[in-house]
Amino acid sequence: MPQHDVLVIGAGLAGQRAALAAADQGASVGIISKIHPVRSHSNAAQGGINAALNPEDSWESHAFDTIKGSDYLGDQDAIEIMCREAPQAILDLEHLGVTFHRNEEGKLGTRAFGGASAARTYYVADITGQAILHVLYEQLMKYEDVHRYEEWFTTALVTDEEGRIAGAATRNLRDGSMELFAAKTVILATGGNGQLYNPTTNALVCTGDGIAMAYRIGCPLMDMEMVQYHPTTLAGNGLLITEGARGEGAHLYNGQGERFMEKYAPNKMELASRDVVSRAEQTEINEGRGFPDGTVALDITVVPRKRIHESLREIVNVGRDFAGVDITQEPIHIKPGNHYVMGGIKTDVDGQTQVPGLYAAGECACVSVHGGNRLGANSLLDTLIFGKRSGEHAARASKGIATPRPSGEHLEREETMIHDILGRERSGRRIQTIKAELGKTMNDYAAVYREDEGLRHAHEVLVRLREEAKTTATDDKGVVFNQDVLTAIELGFMIDNAEAIVTGALERKESRGAQFRTDFPERNDEEWLKHITVTANGEGPEVAYSEVTLTKWEPEVRSY
Amino acid sequence: MPETTETHQEEQEGHAGTGENGNGRPETQDYTLRIRRYNPDSGDTAYWETFEVDDMSPSASVLDAILRARNEQDGSIAIRCSCQAAICGSCGVRVNGQSVLACNTHLGKAARSPKTDGTIVVEPMGNMPVIKDLIVDMDAVHWKKVRRVIPWLVPEGDPPEREYVVDAEAMIDVTQAMACIHCGACVSACLSMEVDPEFIGPAALAKAYRFVGDPRDSMASERLNDLAEDEHGIYDCTHCFACIEVCPKDVAPMNQIMRLRRAATGDHGIKDSNNGYGHEKAFVDIIERWGTLHEAQLLPRSFGEGSLIKSQIYPSSLKQLIDSAPTALRGVFSGKVSPKKALIHPKLPDQKEIRRIYEEIESKDERLELNLYITGEGDPDTEDEASSGDSGGPDAVERNDSAQDAASGGNDE
Repeated sequence: MPQHDVLVIGAGLAGQRAALAAADQGASVGIISKIHPVRSHSNAAQGGINAALNPEDSWESHAFDTIKGSDYLGDQDAIEIMCREAPQAILDLEHLGVTFHRNEEGKLGTRAFGGASAARTYYVADITGQAILHVLYEQLMKYEDVHRYEEWFTTALVTDEEGRIAGAATRNLRDGSMELFAAKTVILATGGNGQLYNPTTNALVCTGDGIAMAYRIGCPLMDMEMVQYHPTTLAGNGLLITEGARGEGAHLYNGQGERFMEKYAPNKMELASRDVVSRAEQTEINEGRGFPDGTVALDITVVPRKRIHESLREIVNVGRDFAGVDITQEPIHIKPGNHYVMGGIKTDVDGQTQVPGLYAAGECACVSVHGGNRLGANSLLDTLIFGKRSGEHAARASKGIATPRPSGEHLEREETMIHDILGRERSGRRIQTIKAELGKTMNDYAAVYREDEGLRHAHEVLVRLREEAKTTATDDKGVVFNQDVLTAIELGFMIDNAEAIVTGALERKESRGAQFRTDFPERNDEEWLKHITVTANGEGPEVAYSEVTLTKWEPEVRSY
Repeated sequence: MPETTETHQEEQEGHAGTGENGNGRPETQDYTLRIRRYNPDSGDTAYWETFEVDDMSPSASVLDAILRARNEQDGSIAIRCSCQAAICGSCGVRVNGQSVLACNTHLGKAARSPKTDGTIVVEPMGNMPVIKDLIVDMDAVHWKKVRRVIPWLVPEGDPPEREYVVDAEAMIDVTQAMACIHCGACVSACLSMEVDPEFIGPAALAKAYRFVGDPRDSMASERLNDLAEDEHGIYDCTHCFACIEVCPKDVAPMNQIMRLRRAATGDHGIKDSNNGYGHEKAFVDIIERWGTLHEAQLLPRSFGEGSLIKSQIYPSSLKQLIDSAPTALRGVFSGKVSPKKALIHPKLPDQKEIRRIYEEIESKDERLELNLYITGEGDPDTEDEASSGDSGGPDAVERNDSAQDAASGGNDE
């Protein structure tokens, strides 16, 4: 049985950062990932990472922008920590080797981003996430003591009799063998759950595994209804066009050639918060002022060619290879698309969840620094700050604890679960057909605009899909790289995530951040300036509330 | 022959991965995939299986089609894939024999390939062992090679309080190598690795350049010495361009290898035991003297700055010369080389002009590198800078231009 002081599950930015931080504290660390770490979806963060590093900027300004962006649902103590620690996090990355863009003096240069009152986004062309991810992986290769379990899939978290975390049950994809890990602490860093929407900017691996596994052992999930729709995604397939494009000056036009953001955010225009821009676009489309394919246009041709070449290189490729559009010559059709979940496993500022010894960091966690709406270029920051804090805290906490001995029953239960899936006879719909209905349902009823009836309908569909998912069969009955059985397990995870999202969205009877209820179109601080938590109680989701931490910024009317 | 990339240079024919194009032009067609299957569970050897997928846009990707087949017909088809946007690097495969990312290879183009009768042939990447179907063991080959090059930054002493202050262009320069997504396409296509599986290879050497070219790294000299002395290192590349042509991210690995060589010889004067230094110097000297390549002179000069006629063969190179004798003799017997032609090589009529170029280059204080990744190609704003490349060294100008031409043939036209 592999044993570690700190077991990290997920090897994107948050996971790798946590593993390195824990190793720096002298802990024995294992890091498990269902894909090779450099394949992680942190790669897709194109635009950059925010920090008030410039002497003219201040962490208070960054914090205020983040709080306003969150529509006052973010916890201000957590936001303060993130914004104060941001400059050092950037410098640490720079020292490790990230090839950040330099200005003419050879110092770190910035670009503008949405919802920000200063240009404080540090970047590497439009491959910022990839560049950071690869540099962290370089460090992981250097830290020989950190044990990497690449292409191992975690199926369940394991707790002891007292409810403390004890480890995890996993499947080695290479040979199908099951392994029980013993761990004094476990850090979940499994990323988001965008795959339960269709279309989405998220990769196929973003199936909310960690969120579901934590939910299943009784961890409260918080603000799950807060699902971000990114304003600029390709119509056909949901691929992302970075906010950096608008940061560099690109404009949005409706089908009638109007620069419609004038109506919605006269000051910030295209660089208002993402929820604001997405809603504006969706309104234009819904009211018949979009293009016939249900889109509006992003015009990047106004950005100087040299700047495009320098800093939007990847977007030129995406336009050419995936939309057949030369973005330097003509506008590209885009629309809002599922992108990010602000909600997640409820944690404190050290990443601790309500299950002792279990931590969460990155997109799967909800600290909450993003509240109702995340600012562009704050997600990379979130992963690094809270990844590091979780890793350090878990390493320190593990010092006083004996290595647990999780019961073999846990492994048997998981083996039986997989055995049962493999033993199913084909009847009814295929896994991907069920997944497609899930994606469409969520995109139809739990997207930019929501209302009671649609959400209730979505809930009914989820109940039906949950039952159906329990019977769907696999074609692959083998052990080596059986991706079929993986998908079947992920489908279950996604349905748990969807249940929490719909539950939260039904509960929050107001419009705040990414949650816009057409039946409750106003923000209502009196009743709803609070977090909504959803906990699995055996029979279904149980809703509760918790206070939003306000320090020095009182909620104000939000306009851009 | 190097593979030729057909995937990215498409004329604009429509688009978007899953059926419609970005600016709304729907069109669909049926396609046939022929997939190389292998499952070690079964105990059977590899075999081919055909899948029909209907109603797909020509601009949908080969990955979309494979996933259609998997989702609707046979869930046991194994392929790594995740982002579907050519970012994560998971879905490296060979389509009609070419190493590509399945997710940015358009179906329509793949079906029109002259190498096939319309059926799209999909098989696992080369130079790496197959685990199952389209999944290869990247750890055993690619990642092992990456780990070989000390793949992390080694700065001198403690970091500064703020950032390292470095030239902006130097950061853009190494960002080209950082753009590598480790998909393995270049490893799969590498002809040198086919002959010498121990060759460190295009991806790992590009990774090495990422550190050698980084002004923050303190180990450039040690790294270069190591890679020059390794017989599977920088001089093991045969300059075939295959990696440049298949790279989906414009990393141009071979260019990075050539830059490692130029840094090794030009900046650090590393005279390696593989005769890489001597071989390059021999080229330069021969061209200076004759204007074209005098092949009979190449070998003795490469192995230690010698000359056949003047009997300046270095004793240390005798063994290598003797080893090469059978090849030379085969050339003579097959009539490819006549002793007369081999020994008497005509000079170019205008040798003065060549001298002038050499003098111009040698008069520079510093060896200049022209990197089109920084300056851009055919861009009106930057054309002047690009054409001012005649101030660079001969290697810098010639090789980067030609290499980038090949790269752009695959990508930007």
